[in-house]
Amino acid sequence: MSSVAAKKARPKYLSLSALLFEIRLPAPAWVSGLHRISGALLFFPFAAWLLYLLDSSLASEQGFARVHDHYLRMPVAKLALIAFVWAYAHHFCAGLRFLFLDLNKGIELAQARTTAFVVFGASLLITLFFAWRIW
Amino acid sequence: MVNRVVVGAHYGLGSWLAQRVTAAIMAVYSVILVVMFMTGRPINYGVWKDLFSQGWMRVATLLFAVSLAWHAWVGVRDIVMDYARHDGLRLGLEVITLLVLAAYLGWTVQILWR
Repeated sequence: MSSVAAKKARPKYLSLSALLFEIRLPAPAWVSGLHRISGALLFFPFAAWLLYLLDSSLASEQGFARVHDHYLRMPVAKLALIAFVWAYAHHFCAGLRFLFLDLNKGIELAQARTTAFVVFGASLLITLFFAWRIW
Repeated sequence: MVNRVVVGAHYGLGSWLAQRVTAAIMAVYSVILVVMFMTGRPINYGVWKDLFSQGWMRVATLLFAVSLAWHAWVGVRDIVMDYARHDGLRLGLEVITLLVLAAYLGWTVQILWR
């Protein structure tokens, strides 16, 4: 046994701080993790919030005005909308990437890394474009 | 049913496929909606109300909602199975997930056919 291996503390447990600061996860791992986190957020609270917005805005002209002219003009609501658009865009792009991976497209390491960065870039661009449009 | 297999390791395939088919349905709906918003008239109450009073839009949105519920059921169940190791907790979370998704569906129908 080499001396380097002998000095390492074993067993080593994964923790959030280890994931964030000690272990450098490869880009595809971040795509996968964020796909799960964004999916959970879309399930709750974003789906409920969007149904509430759709309900109010279709109920009456006053309801539409309240949502369109007041509620969604609040900076907090705009930030929440931007967060929703990022979650949706990331989930969409990462999901599309997974569909191609299922068909054995882009499974080579170099391609998988490239498409992971494309997913990050595309979802951030969509989010920035949306933020620019509503602000 | 006579030849029904109640145990085995093949059950995930159906869920896996359903998640992908529903994803494709939702992706198509999303792209159509985004294109409509970016190329159409500015949204006011009349435009908004007219859009959701058309039969095809109601059916497409219902199709989206059903796809979402099915897709989210598979996905959230995966998350619950990964992290909730206690059987009772896992069952509780799965029941809550189903109730939330059923409520979303009911609410969607209520909004669309008012």
